[in-house]
Amino acid sequence: MIKAILIFNNHGKPRLIRFYQYFAEDMQQQIIRETFHLVSKRDDNVCNFLEGGSLIGGSDYKLIYRHYATLYFVFCVDSSESELGILDLIQVFVETLDKCFENVCELDLIFHMDKVHYILQEVVMGGMVLETNMNEIVAQVELQNRMEKSEGGLSAAPARAVSAVKNMNLPEMPRNINIGDINIKVPSLSPF
Amino acid sequence: MSPSVPLQEMIRAIRSARTQCEERGVIQRECAAIRAQFRQADNGGRSHNLAKLLYVHMLGYPAHFGQMECVRMIASPRYSEKRVGYLGAMMLLDEKQDASLLITNSIKNDLSHSNQYVQSLALCTLACMGSAEMCRDLAPEIDRLLRASNSYIKKKAALCAVHIVRKVHELGELFAPAARSLLSEKNHGVLHGAVVLIIELCERNPETLERFRKTVPDLVQIMKGLVLSGYSPEHDVAGISDPFLQVRILRLLRILGHNNEGASDAMNDLLAQVATNTDSTKTVGNAVLYETVLTVLDIKSESGLRVLAVNILGRFLLNNDRNIRYIAMTSLQKIVGTDHNAVQRHRGTIVDCLKDQDASVKRRALELSLALVSATNIRSMMKELLIFLSSCPVELKSHAASGIFNAAERYAPSQRWHIDTILHVLTTAGGDVRDETVPNLIQLITNASELHCYTVHKLYRALLIDISTQSLVQVSCWCIGEYGDLLLRGECQETEPVQVTEDDVLDALETVLQSHMSSPATRGFALTATMKLSTRITDNVDRIRSVVSIYGSCIDVELQQRAVEYNALFKKYDHMRAAVLERMPVIEKNSPGHTNGESTGEALKETQGSRMKPTEPKQLPQPANQVCDLLGLLGGSEETLQPGPFAAPGLLTNTASTAGGDLLDLLGDLEPEPLTPAPIVPVYDKDGVALTLSCEKQSDVALTVTLTASNSTDADISSFTLQAAVPKSVQLHMKAPSGDSLPARGAAKVTQMVVLNNPNKVNLKMKVRISYSSRGSTFQDTVQIDSFPGL
Repeated sequence: MIKAILIFNNHGKPRLIRFYQYFAEDMQQQIIRETFHLVSKRDDNVCNFLEGGSLIGGSDYKLIYRHYATLYFVFCVDSSESELGILDLIQVFVETLDKCFENVCELDLIFHMDKVHYILQEVVMGGMVLETNMNEIVAQVELQNRMEKSEGGLSAAPARAVSAVKNMNLPEMPRNINIGDINIKVPSLSPF
Repeated sequence: MSPSVPLQEMIRAIRSARTQCEERGVIQRECAAIRAQFRQADNGGRSHNLAKLLYVHMLGYPAHFGQMECVRMIASPRYSEKRVGYLGAMMLLDEKQDASLLITNSIKNDLSHSNQYVQSLALCTLACMGSAEMCRDLAPEIDRLLRASNSYIKKKAALCAVHIVRKVHELGELFAPAARSLLSEKNHGVLHGAVVLIIELCERNPETLERFRKTVPDLVQIMKGLVLSGYSPEHDVAGISDPFLQVRILRLLRILGHNNEGASDAMNDLLAQVATNTDSTKTVGNAVLYETVLTVLDIKSESGLRVLAVNILGRFLLNNDRNIRYIAMTSLQKIVGTDHNAVQRHRGTIVDCLKDQDASVKRRALELSLALVSATNIRSMMKELLIFLSSCPVELKSHAASGIFNAAERYAPSQRWHIDTILHVLTTAGGDVRDETVPNLIQLITNASELHCYTVHKLYRALLIDISTQSLVQVSCWCIGEYGDLLLRGECQETEPVQVTEDDVLDALETVLQSHMSSPATRGFALTATMKLSTRITDNVDRIRSVVSIYGSCIDVELQQRAVEYNALFKKYDHMRAAVLERMPVIEKNSPGHTNGESTGEALKETQGSRMKPTEPKQLPQPANQVCDLLGLLGGSEETLQPGPFAAPGLLTNTASTAGGDLLDLLGDLEPEPLTPAPIVPVYDKDGVALTLSCEKQSDVALTVTLTASNSTDADISSFTLQAAVPKSVQLHMKAPSGDSLPARGAAKVTQMVVLNNPNKVNLKMKVRISYSSRGSTFQDTVQIDSFPGL
């Protein structure tokens, strides 16, 4: 079972946290800090498995992590999951994010935290691996997003108006309506 | 109140905050706005607000006021709001909160929603935070979904069922048939979920496991399809067809084949195929191979397959990729108990991994090395382990130290080697060893009597170099106190003797006493050692006397007490000093004096030898008397006939015997000698009544005699009693007999146990008087027993 999934950056700021077992809020933050300490000390050429985090659970739990550019993806698992399998799963998850966000970078994760959660929900459910086929995951996420967008309604309206305005191609709209020189011939009227 | 700002705006505002304080301010303002918005009844931007709240929650700020909003959002008919509501429920709610009960109904409705995405949201939430009651309520729904829905829902329902089974074990029965039928699905996602569900069911319930063994052929079929099929683009990961599913199925096969011949046979071919066909150049291939190896080693596979598996592990060990080496060592750890020799072959590689830079690999290598230590390789392994100890990371030091101690204890080729090893560990990692090390080492040293000189020299030198490692200093002080005369004699066969004067030795001990680095326990050791030296040295007794009297006013109460008592030993009890401070006898292993950490340092008062419980310094000679008195309780009057079963006195003697028994236990392991079957000797046979005797030696002076009486006449015998008498110095105690009637024709026997204590070791004789009544008349007879078999 996967106990927790944490994504944080090189300075320890959390970008996504998902616990599949209940922890109090302050406990959660402590776990994030401790995990960051453990993971950031590691060289880049050592193995991706870490043991010994005491907070998150003791002897049976391992931390399996991967470092991509500025982000650490950490999965905390117990012995019922295959370690190499989880490494591959992290890879699948990141590739899925890449497909959904078009060349994903850290900013995408920051600003679209909820969407990342929805994608994750298609991969891991309740601490168990749900789907590993990237195309399937991406297809489902697409369908769900489409459903959400198609739901119009009041709350969507201001957003849509805003987005409509944003999408208006202002530069192309003629700023000056240059009709050209209007030569209005004023007939010269004879003086009365 | 500010208008509802979408999520991105808020995130931008938070990120632009330059200090933590500014960020807190921004967040507090936003939270206030969100709270106000929640209170409003109808609000367009509700989903935005909840999303913002979740972001804030992720950063670590309190967000509990959003729980009710989650409940409201879940009940909303709009998909976007439901989505955020369910996400909020998973992040903010758990079964301990009351609000979680409120969403049960919504989940129930949504599970039968027409839109599959709404259904999936409900399933996801239930799987994440469903409480036991919710699970019980909704289990039939899940079962329905498992059977009749599309594959997208089926796979989610399968994992939801796993969660339900984890929460409410009894419901496993409910899902077993559905799980069975799911195995015939084509969709890999559903198959995967089904296999996870079956694994969970089998692990929980052995009967279910039996039932699912019949599915082994189906699973083998599916695997064959995956392994042998050609390239299928939708499931392909780096050339392997759906490795995740393969790994899962292999795990299930492992559980089904464990300890079962039939199932294991069915899988042998498949496993061999997978092991040989899988391409091991990529990580995915290695994952499948690894799982195959674990399965082969865990089921009852044929030996050829096992050899193949261990060879694959050996190949993994030599792989450049550290991950592979790590998992190879993890799996070798699992089989080192059963296939020890196979793992021994790779010992060299494993020991090399001890020097790897990676801390995880080091940890694995340490565990495995400790498991591989055996009598043949102890010397070379210990060398490696000691090198490792001097450079190992801090978190592994204490584990390594205790592992080394265990290994040394089990396989030490000689005592000197053992002592050397322990000293080496103490000098390199003394701060990280456990507390029992000091008494263990002391016990070891006392046992190695020919090495006393060598040991004390080594420890003295170690003490001169460094007094910061408390355990080492404690042992050194103890040794110098005990064997200081050997040190001062200036000659030693095994090591170069050190020429010291008495002043030097006393200086060393005083340095320890006065140093800030010494813990109170260490100072106690040093003071006691100084005191002991007063009988072993000749010139500087005055110096010792002055040191002792100075500490009579020490702030540390423990030290002060000792000093005052030692002072008394100098003044009033000077005549006893030599006797009290003489050399300690060998400490037996497992005696209380041995395991009581600090008390072994207080060696002085143990005049009765190691069998005595170490007493507090206060009670000087009393304990000896106490024990004698108690033993007096046990002894009956010599030579008077001890009648067996009394009502009240019987009780008294019984309690005395139990009290005495407890005391005897307190006094340490009596170490009963290996019981040879006690010979039974007939001692009396007359008129159909036969008496046999067997005895067991409990120790040098104690003997338990069992008298067994049987009746071979045709009439029952009643009021059967035995009385016994022994010579004057022997103490006799008769336990209650098993009964007092002997039925006819040997239908049952009466046994009587007699405990004899022969401290003076006189020739043991016993007179036994038998009295009984049969057919209305009483009989009495006496028999003398001169020889006791087995004595």
